[in-house]
Formats: sequence, structure tokens, C-alpha cells
Amino acid sequence: MLGETTSLEVRTPEGVSFSVPIASPFSRCLALAVDFAVVMALTLLISQVIGIFQSSVSEIPLIGPILSDFGAGATILLQFLVFTFYGMATEWLWSGQTVGKRLFRLRVIDERGLALGAKQIVIRNLFRLLDILPSTFYLIGGLSCLLTTRCQRVGDIAAGTLVIREITPRAPEFEEVLLSGENSFSSRPLLEARLRQKTSPEEARIALDAVSRRHEFDPESRLTLFSRIASHFREVAEFPDEVTEGLSDEQYVRNVVDTLFRRAKV
Amino acid sequence: MILDLDKFITKEKPFWDELSQLLLLNSENPGRRPSLDEARRFHYLYQRTGADLVKLKTFAGEAETVRFLENLIARAYSQLHETGGEAIPFHPLQWLTQTFPRTFRRHWLAFVLSIGTFCIGGAFGATALSLNYELKADFIPAQFSHLNEKPSKRVAREEKQDFDAFQGRHTFSSQLMTHNTKVTIMTMVTGFFWGVFTLILLFYNGTLIGVVMFDYISDGQSVFLTAWLLPHGSFELPAIFIGGQAGLIIARTMFGWGTNLKLRQRFSRIRDDLLTLITGAAVMLIWAGIVESFLSQYHSAQFYPWKIGFGAIQLIGLILFLTLAGRRAKPNGHAA
Repeated sequence: MLGETTSLEVRTPEGVSFSVPIASPFSRCLALAVDFAVVMALTLLISQVIGIFQSSVSEIPLIGPILSDFGAGATILLQFLVFTFYGMATEWLWSGQTVGKRLFRLRVIDERGLALGAKQIVIRNLFRLLDILPSTFYLIGGLSCLLTTRCQRVGDIAAGTLVIREITPRAPEFEEVLLSGENSFSSRPLLEARLRQKTSPEEARIALDAVSRRHEFDPESRLTLFSRIASHFREVAEFPDEVTEGLSDEQYVRNVVDTLFRRAKV
Repeated sequence: MILDLDKFITKEKPFWDELSQLLLLNSENPGRRPSLDEARRFHYLYQRTGADLVKLKTFAGEAETVRFLENLIARAYSQLHETGGEAIPFHPLQWLTQTFPRTFRRHWLAFVLSIGTFCIGGAFGATALSLNYELKADFIPAQFSHLNEKPSKRVAREEKQDFDAFQGRHTFSSQLMTHNTKVTIMTMVTGFFWGVFTLILLFYNGTLIGVVMFDYISDGQSVFLTAWLLPHGSFELPAIFIGGQAGLIIARTMFGWGTNLKLRQRFSRIRDDLLTLITGAAVMLIWAGIVESFLSQYHSAQFYPWKIGFGAIQLIGLILFLTLAGRRAKPNGHAA
């Protein structure tokens, strides 16, 4: 793993394949820090509330000391319960998320891409006692995350779970990809038909990807990429100069994409 | 064939939006149970979007739309498919009287190995102390430093003390429960390192008990020792052995002897048993903690027979429970 974020590849029984990005050790560390702060806050709150209870009952004759001792015992038990069950309770309630994971948009899922089961939640949280060692430095869990291909701590391996990055992509603006204006190639329907006939799906996909992701490239790479793609398509179907005159390489490729994918346009 | 992307998206987008809405509704209300019609519609939308994704990947490959559909399918897939098959309602009584003892017996060899390692540790501690009594202080950890006192001296002091049934007992009880539960869980989870640390923990705890037992017995305090340890030890020690048993099951899973299954598959096979054993051990430890706080620490000589009797009955009851409970009767009436 070591600095590399991989993805979970899933093939469903229906034959559909999809991939889910796996959370990096760093984002998991941040989520863990938040969860640790929440647990600390909860334990502090418990001891404060019970402390108030103890001070208010300690003066009661006969049962005062007993109630005070009961409070001290309850504090120890509740703090232990918070430490042990915080992860279990939140992951069960929020389908694989704790406060930290919600904040950093992470989620625990079954390693086959399925929803998380209650047994898996319990096992992965019980193994946290091992993962946090030595002391509370999380060295075992951290090393395991770094050394496994799916960034799994020991608890994840035992429970068959992994932590993914939640992405809720916006619905794509399809109009951005296809040309809204006039495509100069459309004046040459025979050449357009030739272009469609001679272009393989893979070539079409490369052109479409380049157009849809054009804003992600730096200017120099963008020029180089579109130059290479345009020169390839110029060899596939040669449009006359009056059609291509003044077209940049990028615009040429956009025309190609429009021709290939907006076939039904009349 | 190259897909007519414009026409395709125009036609399919309403279905993707509908699936997206249903997914959002489900994630905002995790406990929500959809109607049959809604579930069917959800399944239809999932299948249709899956088919769209395949078409897009094969014939068009527009990256952003593919990513969008992959995300929809991933979320729908995890909501549609269960991880552990059909959910079985949990019945606590049935779990306690049948599932737990059956699971315990299914892995009896791991339990024997667990208790055996503990006993070897005990024998080692007792032998070491018999050879050199000065080693006692080295064996006893700081948190149990009160055990460094000469047993006969402690017994004389404890027997004179008035017993306050409640003062400090709740705190002590909570400390014991949490500490012992941590030790038991730790004994289990360290099995991940091929059982080495599970065996070390069992041996170490056995050594401690061996040292203490030898110390009290050699000082002529056998009755006090039995009355002190048996009431809670009859549950506490078996609970730790069960933690060790679970740890050794994990160790066997790590080695993967006699199977060509992957580690993931091997773990999925033992997950239920691990949970059952560790939950059973936790229940036993809660009881042991209560007994230790409110009975074991009551050192009055006149009650020793009662305490020993109570502990012995508990131990015999536990042995009978773990060996006999939940056995299925055969048709001819013999136990299975």
C-alpha cells in the first residue's frame, strides 16, 4: 500500500463490474483522531455528571457512602462501555460510519462490496484492542494498513471488512460533453459516416474521455494530448480544408466526438 | 457499434435519478422497510442501471457518467445483498443454553490446549518458587503488590477485619469486570499472531496463579486460598480459558491447516463461533466480578465451608453445563 490508494473491484452476480475507492491510511487517521476526541469527551462527560451525583449524595447519612461508591463503580463501567461500544454502536446505527468517518466521508463495508453485518461490526471493534497496541499508538493497526493492499487493519482482516471513501458524484452535465453549437463536420455526411465506420469503440472512448476530462489537464498536456488524438482521427477520415479551417486540435476532437456519439441528431 | 450517447442518456437518466432518490431515502432512514412494490421497483432500477453501465463501458465509455453509474450500482448492490444470508432472530435463552455450550464443545481441543498451557504456566511458577522463594517479588506484578505479604500474616489480618458489605465494593467490582474482560478479549485477539501471544498470555497468567497457590499452600493456608479463589475463580478462570480457546481457533485459522480456502473465507467460517465464545466468556466474567467483590473478599473463617461449597457447586454446574447443555436427543433417546 505505502502511499498508494487502491480500489475494490466488485463483479456482481448480474455480471456488472464496478470499483469503489479504498480510504487511505491518512484519512483513516484523521477520522480516528476525531473519534478519539469524541470518546474522550464522552468519558469526561460521564465522570463530570457522576461526580456531581457523588458530591450531592455523599452527605446523606448511611447510604451516602454507598451511593458515592456506586457512582465510582458506574464511572469505571460506563467509561469502559463507551470505549468498547462507541465504534460498534455508531457503525451499526449509521451503516458503517462513526462520527469521524462521517466527517471525512468514509464508510466501513463488507470486503465483497456488501452491506456491513452486525457480527462483522463486533469483531472489527473487538480487534481494536490489538490494533491500538503498543499502548494506544495504533502501531499494529497502522502497520497492517500500510502493508495490506486494501489498507486493512487486523480487525478488518478478521471481520472481512474494509473502509472506503464515499463519493457522491454529481450527475454529469451531459451537455458539456456534446457540442451545443454547430459541428462543421455535419456538412459532410458521407465523411461522417466513414468516420463512424472506421472508428473502434476503444478509439471513440479515448476521444470522449479526453473531451470530458479536458479541464483536468494542465495546459501543456492538454495541447499535446489533443494534438495526438486529432492527428490520429485526421488519418481515419480526411475532411476537406474548408471544414477544418481554423479548428484547433481540441475543437477537431470535439467535432469527432459529436459526430460519433450524436448520431441520432437530425 | 458506438452508442448514441445523447439519445441513450436522455432515455435512461430518469431511471438513474429515481434509483438515486431511493438510495438517498434508504440511507437517511436505515431502519426503513420498503413495501413489496417499492422493493421490486428498486431491484428493477438496479438491474436497469447495471445494464446501462455495461452498455456505457462497452460502447461509449464516457468517464464521468461511468463513475456516476458505478457509484449508484455500488450503493444499490450493498443495500440489495445481505452478507450473512437470511437473518435469524436472536433468542438469548436459546443462545445461552444451546448455541454457547455447543460451540464450546465443537472446539474442545482448543480449550484443552488453553487450559493445558495455563497449567504448565502454573507448574512453572510453583516450581520456580519452590526452588527459590526470593523470586516471589519478581513474579508478582505491581498492581498485585499486596500479594507480596506473607500469606499467614495476611490471613490473620483479614480474618480480624469487619466486613463492610458495600463500601468500595462497587468500584472494586467494576475494576475487576473491566480488567478481566480486557484480558479475555486480549487473549482472544492475540491469536491473530499465529497463537504465540495467546499462549504467552495464558502461560503468564498461569505462572501468577501458580506462584500465589504455592505460596499460600506452603504457608498452610490452603483453606483460606480455596475459600478466597474458588467462588469467583470457578467462573473467572474458565472464562479466560475460553478467551484462550477463541484465540487458538484464530491461530488455527491463520495457519489454515487442512484447507485451501483463502484467509478471508477461513475467517468468515469462524466468525460466529468467535462471537459466541467471547460473549459467553463476557457473561461469565460479569458474574465472576460480582462474586469476587461481594463474596470472595469476605474473609471470615466460619464462612469458609459455605464459600468453598458455593464455589464447588458453581464449578460442577459450569462443567455439567458446558459438557451436557444443548445436546440434541437422538430418536432412540440417547444423547447425541
